[in-house]
Formats: sequence, structure tokens, C-alpha cells
Amino acid sequence: MISGILSWMIFIPLIGMAVVMVVPKEKHSLIRWISMVATGIPLILSLMLLSAYDSSTAAFQFQEFASWIPGLNVNYHLGVDGLSVPMLFLTALLSFLAVLISFNIVNRVKEYFAFYLLLVTGMMGVFCALDFFLFYVFWEVMLVPMYFLIGIWGGPRKEYAAIKFFLYTLFGSIFMLVAILALYFTSTPHTLSIPELIARSPELTHGFQIFAFVFFFIAFAIKIPTLPFHTWLPDAHVEAPTAVSVLLAGVLLKMGTYGLLRISFPMLPEATKYFAFPMAVLGVVGIIYGAIVCMAQTDLKKLVAYSSISHMGYCLLGMGAIGSVAAISGAMFQMVSHGLITGALFMLVGVIYDRAHTREIDAYGGMWLKVPFYSGIMVLFVLGSLGLPGLSGFISEFMVFLGAFPSYSVTVAIAVIGVLLTAAYFLRMVQRMFLGQVAGHTEGLTEINVREVISVAPLAILMIAIGIYPALLSNYIEATIANLVRVIGG
Amino acid sequence: MPFDIVQFYADWQTILPECFLLVWACIVTMAAVFSRNSGEGTSTGTYAIWTLIGVLVTAVWVALTPDGTAFGGTFVFDRLAVLFKEIVLGGVLLTVISSIGPVDRMKLHRGEFFGLLLFSAVGMMLMVSATELLLLYIAIELSTVTLFVLAAYRKANRKSAEAGLKYVILGGISSAVLLYGVALLYGMTGSTELAGIRNGIGDLFMASGSFPPGLTMALLLLLAGFGFKLALAPFHMWAPDVYEGAPTPITAYLSVASKAAAVAAFLRVFFVGLESSQTLWVQAVAVLAALAMIVGNVTAIVQSNIKRMLAYSSVAQIGYILVGAVAVNTWGATSMTYYAMAYLFANMGAFICVIAFSNRMGSDEIDDYAALSRRSPTIAVFFSIFLLSLAGIPPTAGFLAKYYVFLAAINNGYLWLVIVGLLTSVIALYYYATVIRKMFFPLDQPEGGFPVSLPLTIALSISCLGVLLLGVFPGPFVDLAQAAAAMLMPGM
Repeated sequence: MISGILSWMIFIPLIGMAVVMVVPKEKHSLIRWISMVATGIPLILSLMLLSAYDSSTAAFQFQEFASWIPGLNVNYHLGVDGLSVPMLFLTALLSFLAVLISFNIVNRVKEYFAFYLLLVTGMMGVFCALDFFLFYVFWEVMLVPMYFLIGIWGGPRKEYAAIKFFLYTLFGSIFMLVAILALYFTSTPHTLSIPELIARSPELTHGFQIFAFVFFFIAFAIKIPTLPFHTWLPDAHVEAPTAVSVLLAGVLLKMGTYGLLRISFPMLPEATKYFAFPMAVLGVVGIIYGAIVCMAQTDLKKLVAYSSISHMGYCLLGMGAIGSVAAISGAMFQMVSHGLITGALFMLVGVIYDRAHTREIDAYGGMWLKVPFYSGIMVLFVLGSLGLPGLSGFISEFMVFLGAFPSYSVTVAIAVIGVLLTAAYFLRMVQRMFLGQVAGHTEGLTEINVREVISVAPLAILMIAIGIYPALLSNYIEATIANLVRVIGG
Repeated sequence: MPFDIVQFYADWQTILPECFLLVWACIVTMAAVFSRNSGEGTSTGTYAIWTLIGVLVTAVWVALTPDGTAFGGTFVFDRLAVLFKEIVLGGVLLTVISSIGPVDRMKLHRGEFFGLLLFSAVGMMLMVSATELLLLYIAIELSTVTLFVLAAYRKANRKSAEAGLKYVILGGISSAVLLYGVALLYGMTGSTELAGIRNGIGDLFMASGSFPPGLTMALLLLLAGFGFKLALAPFHMWAPDVYEGAPTPITAYLSVASKAAAVAAFLRVFFVGLESSQTLWVQAVAVLAALAMIVGNVTAIVQSNIKRMLAYSSVAQIGYILVGAVAVNTWGATSMTYYAMAYLFANMGAFICVIAFSNRMGSDEIDDYAALSRRSPTIAVFFSIFLLSLAGIPPTAGFLAKYYVFLAAINNGYLWLVIVGLLTSVIALYYYATVIRKMFFPLDQPEGGFPVSLPLTIALSISCLGVLLLGVFPGPFVDLAQAAAAMLMPGM
């Protein structure tokens, strides 16, 4: 095993960024290849991490520790467990594939990939950091490249979407910062270490836990996003370039749920119990609201964006059933599954947008006759998204419902309506775009090319593999989730 | 008393760097006078280089001088003084480098410009060492009177003249207010030395069990005086006009060096001299800090001139520094010191970008920064880093600085102030990001790229290095700040 594997995963993209900065800006293909290498190596490392990870324990593994700012008790502390390993892999995979998708960027290529690689560093860091200060730094570092990526290469309303995303997320982060500062001073001796604070969680009073939980929740809820903090998401998603939408949906949204599981749940168990039901309700509201709004969408990308709100609702519902290993595992499954499926859907939306320059559902028709291969792939992912058995989306939804039903039967019953609505809006979209006679912009479409197939194929394979053999994923998360449920104490 | 040569040297040793710089300032000024009389005059670059040599020698001298006190304890040379002297000298250094272009265009009195700058630096260096209120007052006057002249340096320009005049009037009023506060303190405690004041207040409290009402009056006057010097809301009205009208290097210098020196003086007066009466003033400081953050940040949004925007932004920045002052302990003092260091590089850097831009474009309007990233990527990238540091986005110095002051404040129970600070920092991000947006987002390819001159590139690189080092490898700098703060609280 390579020593410092986590640091390499985080900083190779950053080194790649530095290399990109010194390459002359006309050398587009060189820059693209550097970016592929700088995201490809972390992908290989993440596979090595998966193979070396000991799934029998819930303890943090591959830990790295160095003193960073001794005067403030800040350390450079990395480590992974069953929550972060799948997310790291997902991040590495999506960021590599999204580079392939980004080959169609022709404006200001150098700047694009420089910001892109910085974003990757931030994402990797969030999933590895075990020190609050470090966690917060990575969390914030992502905002800056994101702002530029949406603002420069985005759609017509890019400037509005970019600043809205930036301000919204920063607004959330400051609440997290207050909670971090407060936690630091309530611990004796003062510490910012996440494992250390988890171990000391019994020392925290009930009132303090409630306060800290609410503050953390605002930050995480904005990222997820859950109602009523979701309004930045449609804007950011619709205006962002394809690759950025992929990462936004595939990785950034997961940081909210990851944060809840990594920080709020084990560190503030009493407050988690207190807020379990409200969280489940928020989840169901998200599921239903997202699905209903999807019904009204005429823009394909917006539809996928709102479907994210609906799908992230399942995570929150599963996490609300705190006593159930199945439900929380289901939430974890949903995080991975949604990353794979929605990432792919955004890529596929990008594929036709590049060709026809419109995302209006009504502008297409009869695509199956014109571009059968593309249509096949798209429909496969749509089926995955609406939870067809045999694909990963089904597993996650099923586990969430199964785990949550004993505690919240009525809530779950309402949530199941969401499944129906999801099928309704997706099938309606499929019918209008893919079936029937060739119409509208479909005429000019060309078949999906090899590069684009390569960028969605791994996602399809994983979606099917997890759907057929869920142990592939559950092996990694089982021990950690079981431990988490024990810590919260149902 | 017979003349004691040992004591004499010990006294003067600690103040020798200031003496050297004072002599150097006289030489530069006289050289300017004589060279003009002898014909065509010396080039701006030559003055700048000689000034820089003086500043660098002083900086090294300060670093090598051992700690000590002079003149019966009225002048101390401790870690706090060293750190702030170096901050002031760093500010002067960057100001001199970035002044070459603007001063060259002024044609008149180029040498004196640098001479005056050095005089003002001497004043600030004395300010951070003064532990006696009259010495402090004289030091403040030395630094501000020279700055009055410098603010009005482009005398043909109406705005510059207005800036000078406004600064004179408000500077005069604030000095009077400050002096009145000093007088009241002297009246009650019988001392103008900080240690004496501290003891005097303690005695007064012991005698009657409460603070005399006059003390509150004195504290308010002192706060108002410092408020003017620091451009703290609601005493900030002079700042935008002066900042806009003054030559940009002077604006930079005003906003960084003079504020840093005032922060050091604030620390000495309030954390040492008035420490025991903190119950009387901490609340007021908290309110002032909150006001400064709110007023500064909200007003900055609507500015269309970059110098005015940065003026309001620095009002807000001082507010953030003062958030640390609600914790009258080593935490608070360390965080304020660290913030001053971070602020030096970020704000100085931002102003140097403004100078580089206006050297070429002759404009300070934010709208003219459109698509700057296509014309001069160097300025655009540096400027963005400095603005993000001012906004407090990691991994820049500004983030750790904000983190530190908030840490200090929340530790003392000022949660509301921290929340105000954080919320206003979101507002602040909006206007900083607006400038970044204008520079980067347009896709069109404007005409005419322009390079940045070598001295400015060096100044920008130094500032940027500072911002990143203080943000990414802050360990040694935190240690420096802690050592400095420890000087204020020997018991803690």
C-alpha cells in the first residue's frame, strides 16, 4: 500500500492544476490530457483503497496525522471509514469521467481545467478530513472554483446562478463555523478532532446538542438540498456546464448527507434522536415536492435537477429512521446510486444539448428511431432513476422504506407515492422524447460517440452491478453504519 | 545626577532604529531639495531605491534589537512592538514600490513624497512602542500630520485637495477628542503612564467600590478618538473621501500601516492601561465593531469606484479586528495581531492591483475592470486572491484571521457578535465577488492586453506570498502573534 494514499488522492489534482497553469493556453489537447492524468491517478488510487480497505471494522483507516497550526490545536488529520470510502470512489470516478465530458469545452480551456482540478481537490479533501478546521477549509475551497466554473462557462443566466450558489452555500457554512467554534470551546481540553469529539459526545448537554445540531443542519440542508433551502439548485444545475452539473449532483449534494452522518449523528446523538422525525418528514416533503415540480418541467435539465431534490429526500427519510441499520444503509446506497444515475443523466442531457442546443422536451420526438443507441442508454438510466428492480435505485429505495416503515409507517406510506410520481414524470418524458415519430430537433441528431459512451459506461455497469449484487457496496458500509446506529442508541 | 553612559546607551539602543529612519527621512528630503536646485533633478526610481534601502536597514535593525525599555519605561521595545513595527515597515516597503509609477506622473516634489512617507513611518513606529499617553499623542500627530500633506499631494486635483482638507479637519477634531480623554484620565489617576493609570483606576475602584462617572466619560472620548483614527463606524465619514482623493499608494498606506499602528496603540491602551475597567468599555467596543461591519459592508455594495469600495471594505475589516477586542485576554490580543498581519498583505495587495490598473487605464471605476482577466491575467488573478482573502475564504490568510477573532469572541460569550460578523461576511463576499465577476466572467475578447511593471509584480508577489503563507502555513506566524500578545498580559 502506498503511504499517504489519501494525501496523494487529494493533492494530485492540485499538482495537476499547477502544471496546467504553466502550459501555454493554446495547447488545448495537452491540457486535457494533463487533467485526465491528474484525475485518473486518484481514480486508480481509490480502487487500490477499495481493495485494501478492511471492511470488518468501523475504525478509521489509512490515517494520516501531522501538526498544522499548533497554536490553535489544528492538525492535518485524514482517515476513511465505511462512510467515506464509497464517497471517495464515487468522487474519483465522476471527476475522471467528467473530464472526458469536458472535452467539448473550447473557450478558455486552460482556466477551465485549472478551476476544475481545484474543485476536485476540495471534494476529495472533504471526504478525507478528520479535523474540523481542515474539513471546513476543504468545504469552502470548493466554492471558489465552482463560482468560476458556473459563472464563466455556464448558460445564459450564469452570473446570477453563480453568485446565488456562492452566497447560499457560504451562508450555510457560517452556521457550521459557529457550531464548530462552539464545539471547540465546550470540549476540555479544547480539540477540533472529529473522532475525539465523537468520543466525548456524552459530555455535551442536551441544550447544547440541539443548538449545534440546528446550526450544522442549516449548512448541510443547504448542500443536500432539502426544502426550504433548495432554490439555488435548479438555477445552478441548469446554468452550469455539463461536467459541473455532474459533479454538483454526483458529489456536492452528497456532502450534505455525508456531513450529517459523519458529524451531526455521532457527535450529537441526543439531538439526532430529537430531530429524527422532523428529518424524515423533511425527506418526504422533498420527495413529493420534487416529484410534483418535475411533472411541470419542460426543460430536460431542470427535470433532472428537480428529480435530485426528490431523490435526496430518500436519503433524509432513511437517515430519519435512526434506529434502523437498513434505513441508514439505504440512505448510503441512495447517495451512491443517485451519484451514478444522476451523474449519467446530466452527461446524457449534455450529449443532446451539444448537438441540438436545446433542452426543451417538446423540441424532440421519436428519438428511438433516429438515435437508438443513445436512447437505449438514456432509458436505462431513467429506469434506474425511477427505481426499477435489478438496478441500484431500487435497492436504495427499498432499503429506506423497509428500514423506516417500523418507526414511521404513515410517513413511509406517503413517501411511496413519490415512487409513483417519479415513474409518472420520467415515463412521460420518455414517451414524448423517444417514442412516436421523428420530430423537431431529433432530425439533426447524430448518434452518441465513443468518448461519450466511455464516460457513461462505467456508471451503467456499476448501477447494474449494485442492483444485482448489493453486497458490493454494503460490504464497505455495514460495519460503520452498525456502529453509528449503536452510538446513537436508537 | 551624573551622566551615566551605560544607562544612556541602554535607553537609546531600543529607539535607535527610529532615530536612523528619522535621519534617513531628513536625508531623502534634503536630497530632493538640493537635487532640484542643481538642475533637472533625480529620477523617481532613484529616490525609491534609496528610500527602500533605509526601510530595509531599519527593518533588519528592528529585528536584531533586543527587548528593553527606555526613558523611564515610557517607551518599550517588546515582541508586540517588533511585530507591529515590521508590519508598518512592510506597509511602507510595499507603498514605496508601488508609488514609483504614480509619483513619477506627479512631476513635482517627487523626492519629498518619499521623505514624508518615512517621517510618517517613524511616527507609527513610535506609536506602537509608546506606553505613555503623551508620547503616544505626539507619535500619532507625527504620523498623521505628514499624512495630511501626502493625502493632498496631487494638489492640482480637486479631489486630492478636498481629501487633504477633510483629513486635516477631522484628524484635528479626533486628536482633540483623544487628548481630552487623556486629560480626564490624568485628572482622575494622576498619571499619563499606562501602568500608572491601571493602578490609579484600581485604587479608585477600591476606594469607592465603583468606577467614577468621569472615567466613563474619559473612556468614551478615548474610544471616539481611536474610532476616528481607525475609521470605525460611526466615525468613518472621512475615510471614503480621503481614500478616493488621495494618491492611491497613500490610500493603501493609510488603510494598512496607520491602522495597524493604531491597533497596536489600542491594544496597549485598552488591554493594559484600561484592562481593569473593561466592564465599562467592552460592550461599547462590541457595538462599535458590529456597527463597523454592518455599515462598512452594506455601504460597500453600492460603490462604483473601486477605491471607495475598498474604503468601506476597510471600515468593515477594522470591525472584524475589533471583534477580537471583546476578549480582553491573550486570545483577543493574539487574534487582533494576527488579523493585522493578514490584513497588511491582503489590503496592500488589493490596492497595488488598483494602482497597477490605474497606471495603465487611468481609471478607478469598477465597471472598467470588465474582462480584465483577458487583458492582464496577472492583475486579475492576484486581485481575486486578495479579495477572497478580504472576504475570508480559505485557504487564504483572511480566513484564519477571521476564524481567530471569532474564536476569541465566542470564547468570551459574544455569540451575537460572531453571528453578526459572519452574516456581514456573506454580504461582503457579494461585493468582492462582483469585482471578480466583472474581471473574469465576460467571454468577449477585449482589445489591448497590458503587462505589469517589474516593481509592481514584485510587490504583488510579496503580498500574495504573504496571503498564502499566512493561510496555509500559519504556524510560525501564529507563534509570533502569541508571543506579541503575551507582552500585554505578563500574568496570563
